Amino acid sequence: MKCTTYETMKPGMQVQVFEAGSGAPLVFLHGAGGLLENDPFVNALAEKYCVYAPVLPGFGELEGADDLDDMQSIALHTFDVLAALGLDKPKLVGHSMGGMIAAEMAAIAPADIGELVLISSAGLWLDEHPIADLFNTLPYELPGLLFHDEAKGQAMLASGMDFNDAEFLTEFLVGNARRLGMAGKLMFPIPDRGLAKRLYRIRAQTKLIWGEQDALIPLVYADAFCNAIKGAELHKIPQCGHMPIYEATDRVVELI
Amino acid sequence: MKFTWFNLMPWPHLPDDFRETYRSVWVDIPSKLYDPVEGHKVYNTYLDLLEYAEELGFDGIGVNEHHSNAYGLMPSPNIMAAALSRRTSRAALVVLGNSIALYNPPIRVAEEFAMLDVISGGRLVAGFPVGTSMDTNYCYGTIPAETRPRYNEAHELIKRAWKEDEPFAFNGEYTKLRYVNCWPKPIQKNPPIFIPGGGSLETYDFCLDNEYNYSYLSFSGYLRAKQLMDGYWERVDKRGLDMSPYRGGFAQTIIVADSDADAEKYYREHIDYFYNRCLHVYPGFADAPGYRTIKTLKAGVTSQMTRQAVGNVTNMSWDQLIKDGYVIAGSPDTVVDQMKNLITSLRVGNIFCLMHVGNMPAEKCRHSSKLFAEQVMPRLRDMWPEYADDNRFWTSPLAEQADRSGVAGIGAAS
Repeated sequence: MKCTTYETMKPGMQVQVFEAGSGAPLVFLHGAGGLLENDPFVNALAEKYCVYAPVLPGFGELEGADDLDDMQSIALHTFDVLAALGLDKPKLVGHSMGGMIAAEMAAIAPADIGELVLISSAGLWLDEHPIADLFNTLPYELPGLLFHDEAKGQAMLASGMDFNDAEFLTEFLVGNARRLGMAGKLMFPIPDRGLAKRLYRIRAQTKLIWGEQDALIPLVYADAFCNAIKGAELHKIPQCGHMPIYEATDRVVELI
Repeated sequence: MKFTWFNLMPWPHLPDDFRETYRSVWVDIPSKLYDPVEGHKVYNTYLDLLEYAEELGFDGIGVNEHHSNAYGLMPSPNIMAAALSRRTSRAALVVLGNSIALYNPPIRVAEEFAMLDVISGGRLVAGFPVGTSMDTNYCYGTIPAETRPRYNEAHELIKRAWKEDEPFAFNGEYTKLRYVNCWPKPIQKNPPIFIPGGGSLETYDFCLDNEYNYSYLSFSGYLRAKQLMDGYWERVDKRGLDMSPYRGGFAQTIIVADSDADAEKYYREHIDYFYNRCLHVYPGFADAPGYRTIKTLKAGVTSQMTRQAVGNVTNMSWDQLIKDGYVIAGSPDTVVDQMKNLITSLRVGNIFCLMHVGNMPAEKCRHSSKLFAEQVMPRLRDMWPEYADDNRFWTSPLAEQADRSGVAGIGAAS
């Protein structure tokens, strides 16, 4: 996997993109946690596709996050990234917050997205099924909220470190504050920026992939997306939480 | 020295098992714990105490803003200040303050503060806090990353609205107004502005650039505040500005009793209620991601966010609270000594005297406040003689206050 810095058409804007594999192009938009180091999901996708995984400003090393302050600017920025990569009607895969951005893009410019895959996607709000507040969740509570198998989640999120270790915790919180600070522009205090009103515009062939035990964005949201997007098909994954990309990596790649 | 009598207005009836049963005193504390009929008595008792503080000779009486908070029952400090403006005639009304980013549009703050200044005859001290993450982000839904940009924009709008004599258009990022036209305007051309700060260089400079007072509002006492205030004064010095202590302020919990032993005997349970019950805030609410700068976070304490710490509800003892300076308590002599230490070590000309604490009954509070006013304040009054004429950071009320017909007791202490 290599990491390349591209200039987008916006003056002064640079973006980091992880790239791996060969074959048909696929763009993966990460969730509010960002990509993991040597991300296992990106690597698995690279077995079948030429994968591009852009890093949303605020998540990586580069500046440029200040100008991206709402859904419109972030969606347009991501179109700029597709243009910088020279991709035409790509297959667009988004997880959680990345799904919210991907769905927004497919609704804004229905002709510009080839296929759409939304995995455990944010972007909707149902009053009867309030989504847990990711922003006030303490680090040690995250694995249990995000993963069906909490121990596996702990191992992945903390890469073997302990969330109850003060030094590691400070380091994690600094990174978490940057990532969720940026994510908050789309998802705080409620992850709804009006997407429900625009989903009818999506024309791309759409797949929804959801963990049956998703404790953050429960399965009922998959149905809501499915009902709102014409022709969408839903694939449920048993024994799986909010992170199917890591909890059931092979199955997700197969479905994509 | 300027002394402001301050009351957070806590709910005095939190259950004994509060910390075990509820995760936070703030944000998601169920309102079933609040009883409005009892609240009627509580509010009126607290307002009586603030009025009494004027009678005692405190320079200011202070109110502040919190939301969904059982130790701070003033979602709208301006309503409290309005009530006080009619029943007092001398003390400054220290509104510390309005979280200016939360008022929509923020011109509302310019208008309400102007109203308060006019009704009170120029007695307003205006506080412009950024606001805590609990209030600003979790209770009022401001996107954390937008908190500071919204604050800066609101500040610019309010200051301009007070200054301009003609309507103007304001094209902000968050507020767009074709006609900004502040009626009424404040009596004080530049109402004194106090900024509660938490140690960031940006806030130091913001105060120094604008000639605002920088105040540290902590419940942890003056011993722990030294480093932060030293940082501020270093900055003042480095900028080549005068070192007037009136540039700074500090909030301190204070108990005055007839003797040191009486202080513990009569006030211990109320201090315990505040420090060991009211300050129970879920750490997940303390700092919404994006609210603080990365630099501040790196320096911050994160140990309270571990599983072990969250489950831990150890009490702080009276002895520890006194020893570590969280609370200054004792006979007038004891309190004078400690207050002198506080005032000189932090170099502050403003003290926000937290004299009503936790579930303290009014009578005990009156006794302590009276002793402070009569036996402590006079001995601290002239601690900064070389800056006695510095009135940049305090009110300039009208010499002649309007008659408030029908209101008993105005100007005549009972």
